[in-house]
Amino acid sequence: MSNNVIEVRDLNIWARAENAAPRHIVKNVSFALQRGQCLALVGESGSGKSVTARALVGLAGEQLQVQANTLSLHGEALLGRSESWWRRVRGSKVGFILQDALVSLDPLRPVGKEIAEALALHGWGNAASRQQKVQALLEEVGVPQAAYRASQRPGELSGGLRQRALIASAIALHPDVLIADEPTTALDVTVQAQVLEVLRQMLDRGTSVILISHDLAVVAKIADQILVMQGGAIVEAGTAQQVLQQPQHPYTQGLINAIPSEHTKGQRLSGSAPGAPAPAGVKSADVLLEARHIVKRFRGHSAVADVSFTLRRGETLGIVGESGSGKTTLSRIALALEAPDSGEVLFAGQLWSHASAAAQRAIRRQIAVVYQDPLSSFDPRWRVADILLDAIALDQHPATHTPRDRAISLLQSVGLGAEHLNQWPARMSGGQRQRVAIARAIATHPQVIVLDEAVSALDVTIQAQILDLLSDLQAQLGVSYLFISHDLGVIHHMSDRVLVMQNGEAVEQGAADEVFYRPRHPYTQKLLASLPRLAALEIA
Amino acid sequence: MTTHLTDYAGPRTQRAGWQLPVSVLLSGIVALFFIVAALTPGALATHDPFATDLYRALQAPSWANWLGTDDIGRDLYSRIIWGTRQSLLIGIGAMAIALFGAIVLGFSAALGPRWLAEPVNRLLEILLAFPTLLLALLFVALLGPSASSLLISVGIGTAPGYARLVRAQALQVKQSGYVEAARALGHPWHRLFIQHIAPNVFRPLFSLVALGIGQSVVWASGLSFLGLGVVPPSPEWGALLEAGKINVTVAWWLEVLPGIAIVLVALSFTQIGRYIQQRAEGEKR
Amino acid sequence: MSELTSAPQTSATRVEERAVPRRRSVALLRTLSVRIASALFVLWGTITVTFLVLSVLPGDRATILLNITSGQVIERTPAELAPINAQYGFDKPIVEQYLHYFWQLLHADFGFSFELQRPVVHIIAEQLLPTFTLAIAALLLAWIIAIPWTLLTAGRNRRLAAFGSAVETIMAGLPQYWIGILLLIVFAIALRWFPVVGGTSLLGTVLPAITLAIPLAGFIGHAIRGEFERSMQQPFVLSARARGMSLAGVRWRHVLRHALIPAITLSGWAIGNLLSGAVLVEAVFARPGLGNVLVNAVSNKDFALVSGIVILISFLYIVINLVVDLIYLIVDPRLRGRA
Repeated sequence: MSNNVIEVRDLNIWARAENAAPRHIVKNVSFALQRGQCLALVGESGSGKSVTARALVGLAGEQLQVQANTLSLHGEALLGRSESWWRRVRGSKVGFILQDALVSLDPLRPVGKEIAEALALHGWGNAASRQQKVQALLEEVGVPQAAYRASQRPGELSGGLRQRALIASAIALHPDVLIADEPTTALDVTVQAQVLEVLRQMLDRGTSVILISHDLAVVAKIADQILVMQGGAIVEAGTAQQVLQQPQHPYTQGLINAIPSEHTKGQRLSGSAPGAPAPAGVKSADVLLEARHIVKRFRGHSAVADVSFTLRRGETLGIVGESGSGKTTLSRIALALEAPDSGEVLFAGQLWSHASAAAQRAIRRQIAVVYQDPLSSFDPRWRVADILLDAIALDQHPATHTPRDRAISLLQSVGLGAEHLNQWPARMSGGQRQRVAIARAIATHPQVIVLDEAVSALDVTIQAQILDLLSDLQAQLGVSYLFISHDLGVIHHMSDRVLVMQNGEAVEQGAADEVFYRPRHPYTQKLLASLPRLAALEIA
Repeated sequence: MTTHLTDYAGPRTQRAGWQLPVSVLLSGIVALFFIVAALTPGALATHDPFATDLYRALQAPSWANWLGTDDIGRDLYSRIIWGTRQSLLIGIGAMAIALFGAIVLGFSAALGPRWLAEPVNRLLEILLAFPTLLLALLFVALLGPSASSLLISVGIGTAPGYARLVRAQALQVKQSGYVEAARALGHPWHRLFIQHIAPNVFRPLFSLVALGIGQSVVWASGLSFLGLGVVPPSPEWGALLEAGKINVTVAWWLEVLPGIAIVLVALSFTQIGRYIQQRAEGEKR
Repeated sequence: MSELTSAPQTSATRVEERAVPRRRSVALLRTLSVRIASALFVLWGTITVTFLVLSVLPGDRATILLNITSGQVIERTPAELAPINAQYGFDKPIVEQYLHYFWQLLHADFGFSFELQRPVVHIIAEQLLPTFTLAIAALLLAWIIAIPWTLLTAGRNRRLAAFGSAVETIMAGLPQYWIGILLLIVFAIALRWFPVVGGTSLLGTVLPAITLAIPLAGFIGHAIRGEFERSMQQPFVLSARARGMSLAGVRWRHVLRHALIPAITLSGWAIGNLLSGAVLVEAVFARPGLGNVLVNAVSNKDFALVSGIVILISFLYIVINLVVDLIYLIVDPRLRGRA
């Protein structure tokens, strides 16, 4: 008898499209999940990993056509099954967890009801025994005060508790297979660690898990086998050790090289020579931006509580914190888009935060900003050319080219070309749009660029390209960066100095290596301990 | 009546290019017909709308009188055609007043300085507490029944609803990422307004105009139907409905057919308005 | 060397982990009082606006009143006008008139109808019930039409949804008076199923209620449909199905609740729409009620009556909207705690 809980051979999925040929979105995927093991499907957006997972529970979608030589669960074929057969199997023999419990659980119902529903659908017990079971399940996944929490709605719970409640609803009937689709995305690093711990406990108890993620580091923590998908096909498969330490396929290698961390500091992440040293910029001791004792309150709650920092010419100051840490508010104050309740911000020695609007405008072209979502920062009526020309018009440096030529040269310096001038940003890819946003940012020859989660929404390989681009630009133009992110690896890779924020306070500040290798504050220590690292495997 | 329907765009058509959906094509034809009727009624009418012929009173629709005759023998079809101009003009005029009021109130409420925005917002809340018809009735009571009072009353009655839409759109644009990005670049406020805020707020208003004209015609005719608007013997559609009320038991065509004209105008303009809205939204996404 | 810029926190007892049910009710109470205060303000505003509009009449009010009752449109001598002015207080400064008016309202005295020669309050009290029952009947009917129609046609294949949506659009766009006329002609005159002039009997209420219900059903259906289709795309639907729920179960037990929310919020607006629609429908069906009274009052420039009815209807509208807001707060807890 085979030890394979799930067997997939030559799985192919096509997406039917109106007035067009069907798209082949999953190509000849084969794998087998063994009992008690964790198999990870890793890939970027569009790799087909989520669709594959959904096909395993018969929820691929009506527009999709699924075909396979073998697609089985515990030896039973999954193709061509009736809906009523699936209703019996889903939840009882295989559990499915989605990302972001805020929308994956019904926001109008208490989480206890959602979990009880999983039991009721399969005729388990009666109302009273179900209630007890719900509490037991919540305790199993580590939710304290289970009885009280069960009566709360997802919006009333913190991110970690929500996600755990979601897991509880999926394991209610103790299925021996669990499929988790990006269960830790959109979670803070500390919460992410907790959720992975829950999954590890399931594995220890003998549940088999299929984990889908774009994050190799997360996967490295609990996966036994890793499958790398690109464009619908599996490009690499093997044990976690093999794939992470001796990747064979160039895509996997590129994926691993693209991950920013302390090891990649000063190196290129992408392109033809990842790992090669990146050109360093010239730094000086001139203080460009200085914030002194910034305090900002919203509705009685301190968004920013007494934070100070300095930014010198040519350097990158990384501001790192989880959600609610106040880093975004701080960046807006640094940009003088909001005034602090007390404290001040100075630019090149001049008072910036409390200056008159006219004085501020004169300085604004020296401080640029790049946002997390570039599309929302572009006027929907404008093409790329309009966006760039608008910024170029504000440039006070002597113009040696016509504005149009300058626009083209800006596009070229961010890795795009003249052909992009007439494009609509909405029709460009995420990476291209961010490049346009960066081109706009450097159009006025700024001295400081504020990057507010500028790479957080990008796939890892695209992120790597953008980070390399930012490093190159810093070397060429001597610009300083105020780099805000929740991603510790990115921060460590990019920053010279780091400021760690928690609940509006600056808990630790200093040189990047100091803060990361010798953290003194318990919060920083906890953050770093929660960080899933690829390196963890190398030490073993 | 329109305020809520325009908040929701219809299902997005996936087609690229210039294919017109059938419904929009039909709406265009119907709207065009009425516009021609308004401009040159003589070209489309078959009889003199004021010519009476007591021997042919209360005749059902026939080849001689396409839509029948009324109680003193006037041809209904011709009266409807001749009434188009007045009905449409009142509708357009009312919409113009409503739009003007909506823009003034909406922009002040969303973009004005505190001392202006607060009172305007309170005023809007109060005006929105009046059901549309009642607000219009208040002004009809004030001004007495006539075509111009109808225009003003319907305009004022529908203005708060549109003002709410304009305000919501202006707020959304004001708080958008691109306005903030432009501000961060260093553009002064008036440039923000001219370059970004005004164009993006006005864009959805174009569809509103078409929708609103249809609705205004309905409201205005309704008031005339109650005897509070245009008075007979004018062939304005609402007045036609009012005049025909008495004979409804014997001459159904006098009540049903002018109503169909109203419905056709309302539906065709609404459909055109929604199509414009869909095109504007789908274009740049 | 990195600096510690703040004292290390003791092991964090996260605030959320502590049970704080009290915070919930405090926020709810705050929201409640804000809403009520706002409703009172708006009520005051409607009274003031109504008063202002009707005080700004072209032509002297006393003259108009006398002309109405006598049926003649002539110039009046000051001697004739004086007693009227004194009786109604037209000769006093406007602020004083306003305060007097407001004071009377607080005592539920809506003034005296010159045309009908009765206190406005009595007139309204008589006519309010038929209009109100008509509005409620129409609202219920609209819900009964809209909900099943939407549920049947939403969230399934595209053609059905497009068809359902088109029907709703047409329904919403039809003028109420025209629907009434059509129904009257077909069902009362031609088929004789219902009385032509039904008065306030049950049978006589059917056609007027249907007339009002149809356009409203179009609006409500449209709102429900939009929310329904949006909710069907949400991840929690997938989660429910992954637990073993059928598609029908999901629609019924999860998505329906979400879809009904806009219908509830619309109901507040709907009452205003219905009360004003009643004006038109009562004219079509010659049915007694506030609508007919209002129309006559407007054409006769009977201001006391007009302002009385307008204020009353607005008051009802405000109160019902407040109630709907509160229901909404209970049903959708995401709004709690936001003032």
